Amino acid sequence: METFISVSTELLKGFGENLKLFSLTLLLALPIGLLITFCSMSKFKPLKWLSKTFVWIIRGTPLMLQLFVVLYVPGLLFNYPIKIRFTAALIAFVINYSCYFSEIYRGGIESISRGQYEAGQVLGMTKTQVFFRVVLLQVVKRIVPPMSNEIITLVKDTSLARVIAVAEIIMMADRFSARGIIWPLFYTGAFFLLFNGLLTVVFGRIEKKLDYFRG
Amino acid sequence: MALLEVQNLHKTFGKTEVLKGIDFTIDEGSVVSVIGSSGSGKTTLLRCITGLETADCGKISVGDRVTFDSTDKRKLTKAEKRENQLCTGLVFQSFNLFPQYTVLRNVTLAKELLVKEECKQQKCPRTEIKARISEIEETAKQIIDSVGLSDKLENYPCELSGGQQQRVAIARALMLSPKVLCFDEPTSALDPEITGEVLAVIRKLANEGRTMLIVTHEMGFAHEVSNEVVFMSDGVIAERGTPDEVFDHPKNARLQEFLSATLRA
Repeated sequence: METFISVSTELLKGFGENLKLFSLTLLLALPIGLLITFCSMSKFKPLKWLSKTFVWIIRGTPLMLQLFVVLYVPGLLFNYPIKIRFTAALIAFVINYSCYFSEIYRGGIESISRGQYEAGQVLGMTKTQVFFRVVLLQVVKRIVPPMSNEIITLVKDTSLARVIAVAEIIMMADRFSARGIIWPLFYTGAFFLLFNGLLTVVFGRIEKKLDYFRG
Repeated sequence: MALLEVQNLHKTFGKTEVLKGIDFTIDEGSVVSVIGSSGSGKTTLLRCITGLETADCGKISVGDRVTFDSTDKRKLTKAEKRENQLCTGLVFQSFNLFPQYTVLRNVTLAKELLVKEECKQQKCPRTEIKARISEIEETAKQIIDSVGLSDKLENYPCELSGGQQQRVAIARALMLSPKVLCFDEPTSALDPEITGEVLAVIRKLANEGRTMLIVTHEMGFAHEVSNEVVFMSDGVIAERGTPDEVFDHPKNARLQEFLSATLRA
């Protein structure tokens, strides 16, 4: 007979995988997204075109499909299968979320008025200085709400990794239901709710912290 | 002696020729106002002079420095570009203060970045950098005081009125001591009752002998503060002269029309 405690420990182990996937994806996708943004906004047309097509493909296909592609395609094409399923999941998630983040960044950057850039320019600042010293914080302020949305979605999306057999929380719960114990499956919701509640508080704090200026 | 010299300046956007050959000079210490209806090319002229637009053809020089020359195809280095940029200063119609910085920081930021870069190149010791930065702060405080905002040093732009924001913008431009200070309709975004405080600051600068180029719709102010008034129409300078000549005895038919329309309003 499974006790509440033993189920909890099993599920927590699974959720550990979710959190690992979540934090590594976030850590990598945040900067890579910015890189994609710069490519998408580049004046060099081929790069811009390439980057936009890439974003279109990634945003236009299901993440679940991308997980399979990352797992199988390297093995089929180059005879170099990805052996660790977690790594495959991480690669797919990073690619997918970088593209979403890049579009949020782009929206934020493009929403800053031209006057800010021009003011920086007439004051003799370089383009890099204008971006980092003037524009960036204003962009951050504007993208906190859409980013928090996306990041909360990421937490929940991590459970998709089970389709390539990463032992995340819902997969763990499913092992119980295979033995006829259904309730652990529903119980997993509590883990997501709790963690997302925590994130909501954190994002609320960040928003408040940036509340001191308007722009 | 002419401090700013603009020769045969042309600028086209798409198929519209906005500037059709502008020639004019500003003497050191004098104030020139540019008037004209919207679409006459005033703002474009100002943007070409301050480097925000690149003219198609012509030459601009400030003092003995040529800041733009369409016949010179040589690519400028970053340092040269910046040097050219800093010859002129610009105060925008919409202020364009940096919202996340305090008044003081808005004024010091650009200068500080400049000095830090200089120090890095010359490999100055840390103590010297510190000393120079606190020097910048002192200068900034004096300039902010001169526009009457010494009690707002630590305030953010969103806490200021439009008139106060524009005065900060003027202080910010002054901090880099441009040879020619340009204004693009500095009071157009302000409520009528607070334009006065901005105009007072500009008047004070005029009395201090600053060289200024002001695009404005404030005819009374242009009359009072300028040494010379330029009337632009359809991409050319249609008339220029002393304020008395331009406002009281306009010769150009378009100018007469423009003045009667604005004065009636």
